[in-house]
Amino acid sequence: MAATPDEFFVPASGAESPTVRMLTADGTFQPSDAAAEYLPYLDRISEADHRRFYRDMVVVRKFDIEAANLQRQGQLALWVPSHGQEAAQVGSAYATRAQDHVFPSYREHVVGMIRGIDVVDILRMLRGVTLGGWKPEEHGNFHLYTLVLASQTLHATGFAMGMQLDGSTATGNPETDQAVIVYYGDGASSEGEASEALVYAASYQTPQVFFLQNNQWAISVPVSRQSRTPLYKRAGGFGIPGTQIDGNDVLASYAVTAKHLDDARSGRGPALIEAVTYRVGAHTTADDPTKYRTADETASWVARDPIVRFRTYLQGLGIEQQFLDDVDVEAADFAADVRRRALEIRGPEKHTIFDNVYAEAHPRIDEQRAWLDSYEASFEGGNA
Amino acid sequence: MSRTAASAPADTTIADPAIIPATDASAATAAPASASLPLAKALNAGLRQAMKENSKVVLMGEDIGPLGGVFRVTEGLHAEFGDKRVLDTPLAEAGIVGTAIGLALRGYRPVCEIQFDGFVFPGFNQITTQLARMRNRHEGSVSMPVVIRIPYGGHIGSIEHHQESPEAYFAHTPGLRVVSPSNPHDAYWMLQEAIRSDDPVIFFEPKSRYWPKGEVHFGESGTPLHASRVVRAGTDVTVVGHGAMVSVLLQAAEIAEAEGISLEVVDLRSISPIDYGPILGSVEKTGRLVVAQEASGFVSVGSEIAATVTEKAFYTLQAPVLRVSGFDAPFPAAAVETYFLPSPDRVLEAVDRALSY
Repeated sequence: MAATPDEFFVPASGAESPTVRMLTADGTFQPSDAAAEYLPYLDRISEADHRRFYRDMVVVRKFDIEAANLQRQGQLALWVPSHGQEAAQVGSAYATRAQDHVFPSYREHVVGMIRGIDVVDILRMLRGVTLGGWKPEEHGNFHLYTLVLASQTLHATGFAMGMQLDGSTATGNPETDQAVIVYYGDGASSEGEASEALVYAASYQTPQVFFLQNNQWAISVPVSRQSRTPLYKRAGGFGIPGTQIDGNDVLASYAVTAKHLDDARSGRGPALIEAVTYRVGAHTTADDPTKYRTADETASWVARDPIVRFRTYLQGLGIEQQFLDDVDVEAADFAADVRRRALEIRGPEKHTIFDNVYAEAHPRIDEQRAWLDSYEASFEGGNA
Repeated sequence: MSRTAASAPADTTIADPAIIPATDASAATAAPASASLPLAKALNAGLRQAMKENSKVVLMGEDIGPLGGVFRVTEGLHAEFGDKRVLDTPLAEAGIVGTAIGLALRGYRPVCEIQFDGFVFPGFNQITTQLARMRNRHEGSVSMPVVIRIPYGGHIGSIEHHQESPEAYFAHTPGLRVVSPSNPHDAYWMLQEAIRSDDPVIFFEPKSRYWPKGEVHFGESGTPLHASRVVRAGTDVTVVGHGAMVSVLLQAAEIAEAEGISLEVVDLRSISPIDYGPILGSVEKTGRLVVAQEASGFVSVGSEIAATVTEKAFYTLQAPVLRVSGFDAPFPAAAVETYFLPSPDRVLEAVDRALSY
């Protein structure tokens, strides 16, 4: 088996490609044939939206670099880079509506940012002071990261079933009808639970988009070990429409996600989107990509950088240099602020071990909490 | 002590467990204050009551719709409540539990049926790494009122993976509650209480006890969900068990009584948490304890009770706490299951050993 991704995991170039692409790698607006049905969705976004897309991609890239630095300096236990996947995430996140619910995997930092979480809450989790970090219902319905791969796909499907049961979707009102988007990856697509989620979604016709970021690598294993067929084609076997997009094209990500979320909200059932992208960084800061992939391969994807592509496009539209410079300054300020706040993170109080294990009283928890207090108090100067 | 025929099946009907007298029959409705029901029908009545009381209660599982489940526990509920309350799911246990978690996040109170004990394991990841921790990792901002019903245990002569007792796996997992009724009255009430709980409850149903009848009092439970209870008073040796084993213990107590030995029988009812009050109160009297279970003994509920009672009642004990368990082998072919499952005689053998100290 090839040690690098097969041809069909890389979006084919040219208009005849089955891949939905709006922008070519050099930033030219040149929709592929497959993009035709999605073009009307681009009419929904204004120039201000373009600026937001760009700003968020640049800011999260800077945040990502800062977080990796914090890990290297011992301030985080681990960091999970999203470098390279910004377009897939930003485009799809902006396609959601306020009433939608988002179930992330654990690399969707900018999706959370767009939905309204404080990204320092992600750092709190990776610094080891919390297992979660935010209240989804108060932060844009952005649910907690899930570390057991693909487990969240079923939670998302169940949640979408609930939307159906309580009549919160498919009423004909696009302002209030709800849908779910769930993020997972090429590695997680091999988990049985990912398949079960597709089975349930198809059976109950849930209002749901499966957003599969194929970033080519599951830690050290190439996507060709996960699948011998393009991942978007798997959806068809479940009776769900599947679409492959150029995941480094923020406009394609926005338009395709907008369409399928619209369909989901209006009762036309679930869909799967495979965003073909690349994990430019390591899987996590505990990983060493030089042991399993070539510098040439990575370089070939850096040449398709989603931020450079969109910037070139915006420059072609005549965006002023001052805006681009301002975004760079804003991103640097953002990262500096994150660094300052990350260093101020403090650990939780010890009783949080016992808090919220159960909703209702539990004798073992009560006994052990009391024991820990008395144990701590037994030391000279104990302060339990 | 003499012995009855080995491996007697557990067919003794448990004495009426209700402590609370029947409610006032003068109520306007003509509903009876009590009825003699098989445990399966009591569960069915409990589900119906819970579904009437709370529209967020939804049932999920394989074959639970028009068929009423392979044990008919949900019989008639699909016809009564419809597709949106009784969901015949695809055949995938992780899917059942995982989507139930999503429904609970949405504000529903799913009651999942796992068809047989041995089939829960495809859903084990969702139960242990997700369901059990969901509230904790959300720092209390969500609850997980999910009930997972699992018919469990032997005595039915069935094929592989249909007679298991996997309760220790779940009792070991923080965040879960684990209970098992032994009789129809408790089944009716404990299931409703489990559904009302804001914590996930693994609800083990002793399938060999599905069909013997017992009196169900509809007025009041009489015992909280997580309380254990003395179901037969005695003075010489305390015997503790849960689910179908309670019937075996009551049989053993009758045999022992005829031979002049008085057993006090405690129905555990709740496996996590364990209510040690009645157990320790009984051991205070008897000084001797035998714990019986169908599950393999190694690292089991019986092990936990033995350790805790030894710790809390060390100076009261006149003998070591003894366990009577399934062997540490896979549940065997049905033809030899009676050797594997603790019988009244195996319980009495342990009682004799306890008395020999």
